[in-house]
Amino acid sequence: MTGIEIDLDIYPDEASLLQGLKRGDPEACACMIKQYAPRVYAIAIRMVNDRDEAEEVLQETFISACKNINRFEGRSALGTWLHRIATNAALMHLRKRKNREVSLDAPVEMYGGDDVYREVKDWAFSPDDHAMNSETRDMLEKAISELPETLRTVFILREIEGYSTEETANILGISVSAAKVRLHRARLRLRQSLAPYFIQPA
Amino acid sequence: MSATPVHPHQHEEDDCGRVLTHLNDYIDDKLSPELCAELEAHLAQCENCRVVFDTLNQTLYLVHQLRETPPELPETVAYRLFAVMNLQQFIPKKKG
Ligand SMILES: [Zn+2]
Repeated sequence: MTGIEIDLDIYPDEASLLQGLKRGDPEACACMIKQYAPRVYAIAIRMVNDRDEAEEVLQETFISACKNINRFEGRSALGTWLHRIATNAALMHLRKRKNREVSLDAPVEMYGGDDVYREVKDWAFSPDDHAMNSETRDMLEKAISELPETLRTVFILREIEGYSTEETANILGISVSAAKVRLHRARLRLRQSLAPYFIQPA
Repeated sequence: MSATPVHPHQHEEDDCGRVLTHLNDYIDDKLSPELCAELEAHLAQCENCRVVFDTLNQTLYLVHQLRETPPELPETVAYRLFAVMNLQQFIPKKKG
């Protein structure tokens, strides 16, 4: 977002930015957006998997944040608060979508090895020679986006957004054990879908 | 891809299934010391489970790097956001 003309130094710290937001300064709102919109959009696009809906989630997040800024008590960082609003907005979209179409996800609340052992060859991979290039990044994002929704949401919240398993369960309104099972299956499935990229040539 | 028999011995297969159920908690460091020891002993002697464990860790290592590289926010999307928020004054005028 290099194109937006706003000087982030107007508000030297989060406390002064927050004061500006609570006063309703347009500059404060612009600063907040410039600072946090990229991460909010990232959450949105990974969660809903659709550009148009991700844009709606982005807009809803900041509209809601500005409307409710006086309810923000500052117990967490502003970014954390925004991420949570974005996550909830994204989940709302997924729920609405689910009401429109029949879910293709099979129930996944059982532990199981299913297809885990289909490919057990080792990978040609070492963290040192595997800096994250754009090809690897695209491949990873694609593999995550192809996880079934029930697994994808848990995986993103837990592994990318960094919520604990308990927090993840809480956000999704599922039991901790269900969150654990889904996380387990998501990890194994992702490992499985990355295997073709990393298997050592024979 | 040819399907090679993964587990030659039946008793090992049972162990592998058990290990797999606990792998998640092991990665998250939530396993009791006893189960940890049991799992590590199995990993030491079972190559298949070791490979699954290693590649799983590699998968998560890569995924965690995505935290630092969020998908790009397109400029047009950012501009529309500023417009929706009535912050048009911060959008640079198009030249020409
Ligand atoms: Zn094994």
